[in-house]
Amino acid sequence: MPEIDNNLDSNIDNNDNNLVSIRNLHFSRGHSKVFNGIDIDIPKGKITAIMGPSGTGKTTLLKLIGGQLKPQQGTIHFHGENIPAMKTRKLYEVRKKMGMLFQSGALLTDMTVFDNIAFPMREHTELPEVMIRDLVLMKLQAVGLRGARDLNPSQLSGGMARRVALARAIALDPEMILYDEPFTGQDPISMGALVELIRSMNDALDLTSVIVSHDIQETLAIADKIYIISQGKVVGHGSPQEMNQSDSPWINQFVHGEADGPVPFHYPAHSYKDDMLQGV
Amino acid sequence: MSNSRRLEIAVGIFVAVGIAALLVLAVNVSNVGGLNSGNQYTVRANFDNISGLKTRSAVAIAGVTVGRVVSITVDPVTFEAVVEMTINSNFSEVPVDSSAGIYTAGLLGEKYIGIEPGGAPDFLEEGGVIRLTQSSIVLEKLISQFLFSQSNDDK
Amino acid sequence: MFDWFAQLGKNTIEFYARLGKEVLLFIQTILSFWAVILRPGLIIQQLYSIGVRSMLIIIVSGFFVGMVLGLQGYNTLVDFGAEESLGVIVALSLVRELGPVVTALLYAGRAGSALTAEIGLMKATEQLSGLEMMAVNPVERILAPRLLAGIISMPLLAAMFSAVGIFGGYLVGVDLLGVDEGSYWSQMQAKVDFDKDIVNGVIKSFVFGIVTTWIAVYEGYNCVPTSEGVSRATTRTVVYSALVVLGLDFLLTALML
Repeated sequence: MPEIDNNLDSNIDNNDNNLVSIRNLHFSRGHSKVFNGIDIDIPKGKITAIMGPSGTGKTTLLKLIGGQLKPQQGTIHFHGENIPAMKTRKLYEVRKKMGMLFQSGALLTDMTVFDNIAFPMREHTELPEVMIRDLVLMKLQAVGLRGARDLNPSQLSGGMARRVALARAIALDPEMILYDEPFTGQDPISMGALVELIRSMNDALDLTSVIVSHDIQETLAIADKIYIISQGKVVGHGSPQEMNQSDSPWINQFVHGEADGPVPFHYPAHSYKDDMLQGV
Repeated sequence: MSNSRRLEIAVGIFVAVGIAALLVLAVNVSNVGGLNSGNQYTVRANFDNISGLKTRSAVAIAGVTVGRVVSITVDPVTFEAVVEMTINSNFSEVPVDSSAGIYTAGLLGEKYIGIEPGGAPDFLEEGGVIRLTQSSIVLEKLISQFLFSQSNDDK
Repeated sequence: MFDWFAQLGKNTIEFYARLGKEVLLFIQTILSFWAVILRPGLIIQQLYSIGVRSMLIIIVSGFFVGMVLGLQGYNTLVDFGAEESLGVIVALSLVRELGPVVTALLYAGRAGSALTAEIGLMKATEQLSGLEMMAVNPVERILAPRLLAGIISMPLLAAMFSAVGIFGGYLVGVDLLGVDEGSYWSQMQAKVDFDKDIVNGVIKSFVFGIVTTWIAVYEGYNCVPTSEGVSRATTRTVVYSALVVLGLDFLLTALML
């Protein structure tokens, strides 16, 4: 593994256990700061959840890890290499080791389910078609949709589309999977199926999983480590138990779903009284 | 597989029809493959006046187009018009004493160069010169000549 | 007062930033052509959806335009007793102007708008992002084959348009109005020059192919990823293509005369 940014690596604690280390990350879109210096460690072989109210840039964080966006400041080390500093070619190499599950599934609409899963294999490997067929059927079997291989993405329900997308994300046997809001908008049955799948995939394939979500119960149920982000900062991290027992007002508000707290219920405004009197 | 085969056939038809259309335009519509292609040789002729003749005007023998005018310049010394024309090599046996004239196709038609073959045993070659020329008839001059002669007759 | 200058400056900077981005993307796409040529399957697919699917509208329109030219040309020429020149008029108007221009306009409406909508939807449904995360470069996989197919298709479509149009003019002029068949073709062949007229027409349609396909592809790739954004981008594709084609047509005609 090439040595890059040794001076920065020095402050990363127990480097070997972390697949991804984010240090002092700053990112702003236009004039609004999305991240204001966050540090996150994603341990190898574990499920790490990144949580926070909507609009805190959780999806942005995944795109930063995937190298689709570049931060203004800070480092994201994957296997000890800094992603924002990579050249395009190198970046595409690294992405083969990552899978990403998009909120919408992002299946290619002009192909069948089968071809969607075969797509990354056909693009990146020289495997013969017979072997690709076997591999695709194995992946589909893993998500329980072997029977749906000839359907078009438009014929799938939301939950099925997400499972197909999951099968595609593991098509190249990546080391890490990034899940973007995997539970949003799912009925209880598909939600249960997804929770089960993410957990079992992670253990069976020795994956590292990163889940971005605001569904507290499901996430707390499967995550090994949780980060809570709010207003551009990490406001707390630890195991699910630690989160539940935390006395930090930020974490409490989020974990217990309180309407008002450090994250105010009201969008910033002038005094209510003044506003009302102005109309008179 | 049959699906992608249908696709390939459709695209094949598309490209073939497109190229066929281009060929039709080239061969049937324009004059390529006719006079512009193949071997040809260039000859020169000087005229006092060429009014109305243009580059790409036709060069004809006995009314049959055998070549085209390539360039028209003015001799800086004699102030004659120097017309260069290419003639198809099929008509390589044009006698050197042939004469060239500028005629009009119909009353208002295009100007063209007509070559009247002579009787000499030698033939025109690449770079040859046609010495006997008859200039373009300028309609205005004709009319004014006619008017003058009329008024002279009146006296 | 300073606000006004600030706004002007901001707009100027943004304009050049956008222009620079577009030029960079264009160069990237062109550089990806070599990778696409190695995979003819991708081009064939796009030739089908861009070229084959535009064929019908192009041929039908070309036929009608040719017939109208025959009718109008005849009525004007017959007053001068010059109806033998009908072939020349039909052929020159088609080959030089109407073929490339009308084809490009129809193409922008048929294929261009479809391209923008397709790529825009791929962006809105995160498919482009998904490709990137699957380590597949969308410029190489999506943009380049479409641009290449558009560049190949346009001259072929324009040639079909002109050829069918000349045939339409023939039907009306010769079969219907009684122009002499021999003079229709012979006058045409005498006056239409291969280098000057036909090649120039092909050059024009080649340029229009690059421009209209690029506008379509770029608008799709850069649209706001919502359904409203996609529909706006589709409209912009048709409007910009039409304006640019007509403007460029004047420029090219002036340059090549």
